[in-house]
Amino acid sequence: MEYSNKMLLKGNEAVIYGALLAGCDSYFGYPITPASEIAHTAALLFPRLGRVFLQAESELGAINMVLGAAATGRRTMTASSGLGISLKQEGVSYLAGSNLPAVIVDIMRAGPGLGNIGPEQGDYNQVVKGGGHGNYRCIVLAPASVQEMCDLTVLAFDLADKYRIPVYVLADGIIGQMMESLILPEPVAVKRDIPDWALEPGKDRRNLVTSIFLKYDRLEEVNRALQQKYHLISEQEQRVEEYLTEDAEMIFVAYGICARLAHSAVEALRDQGVKAGLIRPLTLFPFPTAALNRAKAHARLFLSVELSNGQMIDDLRLALECAVPVKLINRMGGNIPTIDELVEKGLKAMNELEKGGRRS
Amino acid sequence: MTETIVHGRPKGFFATFERRPGPIKKNMHYCPGCGHGILQKLIAEAISDLQIQDKTIIISPVGCSVFSYYYFDCFGISVPHGRAPATATGLVRSNPDSIVISYQGDGDLGAIGFNNFIQAANRGENMCVFFVNNAVYGMTGGQMAPTTLPGQKTLTSPYGRSTDNEGYPLKVSEMVAALDSPVYVERAALSTAKNILAARKAVRKALRNTIDRKGFSMVEFLAGCPTNLKLDAKAMNEFINNRMIPCFPLGCFKDIADERDPIRRPAGIYDRKKVRELLYPVRVEKGVPPDFRNNSEIFQKTRKIKLGGFGGQGVLSLGKMIATMGRLRNFNVSWLPSYGPEMRGGTANCSVIISRKTIGSPVIDKNCNLLIVLNQPSMDKFLPELKQNGVLIYDSTTIAKPDCSPDKIVYAVDASNIAKKIGSLMYANSVILGALAVALDSYFLTPADQADFDRTFEEAIMDCFSNKETIIKLNIEAFYAGKKAVIESRAGKK
Repeated sequence: MEYSNKMLLKGNEAVIYGALLAGCDSYFGYPITPASEIAHTAALLFPRLGRVFLQAESELGAINMVLGAAATGRRTMTASSGLGISLKQEGVSYLAGSNLPAVIVDIMRAGPGLGNIGPEQGDYNQVVKGGGHGNYRCIVLAPASVQEMCDLTVLAFDLADKYRIPVYVLADGIIGQMMESLILPEPVAVKRDIPDWALEPGKDRRNLVTSIFLKYDRLEEVNRALQQKYHLISEQEQRVEEYLTEDAEMIFVAYGICARLAHSAVEALRDQGVKAGLIRPLTLFPFPTAALNRAKAHARLFLSVELSNGQMIDDLRLALECAVPVKLINRMGGNIPTIDELVEKGLKAMNELEKGGRRS
Repeated sequence: MTETIVHGRPKGFFATFERRPGPIKKNMHYCPGCGHGILQKLIAEAISDLQIQDKTIIISPVGCSVFSYYYFDCFGISVPHGRAPATATGLVRSNPDSIVISYQGDGDLGAIGFNNFIQAANRGENMCVFFVNNAVYGMTGGQMAPTTLPGQKTLTSPYGRSTDNEGYPLKVSEMVAALDSPVYVERAALSTAKNILAARKAVRKALRNTIDRKGFSMVEFLAGCPTNLKLDAKAMNEFINNRMIPCFPLGCFKDIADERDPIRRPAGIYDRKKVRELLYPVRVEKGVPPDFRNNSEIFQKTRKIKLGGFGGQGVLSLGKMIATMGRLRNFNVSWLPSYGPEMRGGTANCSVIISRKTIGSPVIDKNCNLLIVLNQPSMDKFLPELKQNGVLIYDSTTIAKPDCSPDKIVYAVDASNIAKKIGSLMYANSVILGALAVALDSYFLTPADQADFDRTFEEAIMDCFSNKETIIKLNIEAFYAGKKAVIESRAGKK
């Protein structure tokens, strides 16, 4: 039998292929649109490889099963959409506070409240800024294609283990639901070694996984160590894809489906002779400040394209230290902007800038 | 037969409690007369006697026993309030060799975490739950618990628990015993020496079940909280014996461990070769090298295809077929569905893009090159999006001839009727693809690519329906029937 490494898959399905090829041992989740195909695919494929799939009783159940599985030193994951992620936040805070690696996939839908199942990016703040209680961050990866849904899931497990940190794969309903061709990565070589800190027969039975520290000074130390880890991650793990930014005066900044739209808008603007470019963060935490600052030298305008009320734009302004004007182009409620809309709004913002420049 | 009980610190505890902050390292933090101290000693003795310390994980919950890890010389983990049985599930599913003990109080188990608890019980997770019921919230300072007795005064039931307002105490053991999965449910009391001996036995029985992988065991312990109930030691025991036991009768509610086979869990497969065999698809496109390119002019540009119809007509899978054909010939492809409730009965549509370049936006909202419609509403909605000189293919069984500008290339195919003759409406997809083949052959494809289109279709059908030989055969039949029908109808017109 001859096997192919090429498939046509939904983004949600590609997540599970990535997870299994990365050696993920268990999946715990609760169904929710538009993330359910992740659970469907996990239910089909995890048992095929003798690994653990369990439909949890709730999002709270799922994230705390992940807490337990992570404490055994094995690769484990869950997936949901905004509402479910809100419910999981307490558990994510425990994972972060206990220095446990885990992967959480969020296929964002429109909110607030029950909202609808259309695509949105309104979870940015609750995912990128920590989201639960306490002084913690998670690494956040932002795929914009089916190939990346697979590849960044693999990367998520590597980073989670490297830093002992929860890692999010943050995508929107469209990236989750669309199908594209992808090339499957190679499976990890062998089952990974169980780390020494794990709650695992054969390891030191005095291993303790906890986030409770009664003494204020001790907890402050723990917090400082966490911040140091986040600082290191900010220095080492920024990832970005740049498209035609070298000479760009107008730079779109977008992730997920918005990056795909902005990519087409940049092509359309270039056809009109406008020096447009795209910076696409692959990591939202750490935010790609280095690439943005490089672009600051020639860019006259940044456009944050978001399916939200403007959440990433805050990080963009902070990264640029307000040295260059930043404008928001956004849609909400499950809508997405058209390419024409991006082009028009980009040109309009540029015109206003020039008028303003002449006045001063 | 009498058993000799040796007094002294059980070996399941640390020799000194170094994890406990402050100067006191020999005593527990529990109040004098508290049930936790007694029960934890019984557990510590048991894990030492059963020689399972090196594989026991004790989950410290939220409540007075949050500091259980100060004492037990075994693996430990702290969890969110009420979630211990979920965490236990993650632990024991990841490594079935672990002995996992979920130690929980009445707020943790009976209130905030009841669903996680009852669901773990109902799944029959191989674990022990030791449930301490002292009819009050201890750590937060004496509030009402789900197990507070009727009339009992607490800080949040200052007039006494009213059964009208708060209902009756939660009878956890009785509820768990009513489920099919759990193997062992017992209620014991930590009051008299006799009761404590029965409790000791129950602890060991539950742990043995876990060691033997028999599934879910729970022991409920009626325990004293003299501080919050404001009772001395003697009055505390009287409260347990005279007030609690009548409400929460002691005894074994269920013991079917002997009838159950040990739970077996599969071992994960990580061998690269096996993983590849189990996950990678079987190759269908034989003899197509990775750098293969169809030469026809039409394939040099990005092609946008829109498909619309009723949910259930197979519009999405038709789109998937076209995308698969693109993938098999080394194109970049994207397929974007309308997703959600509208698919269940309403109108479904999808956008397919085929390109040699990187595909930017997968959304098609105008300028589509090919429109395939299977119902009238989709015709009305999407026809304006068809580009100049674009191709329209529609199912003439159900749709009236559209009024469109003469630049458009229009193919009507009696898809539903042809499909029904072949056996099912589900083959209408392939009939349409047959029509598409004719449309492309007539206008756009080189002779080499004309032959390749049919081959690609057959490969795509095999890719989409691997192992379903009849379906593959009938789809291929439908494809050629579609081709034939369109060619004949055009010949007739000429």
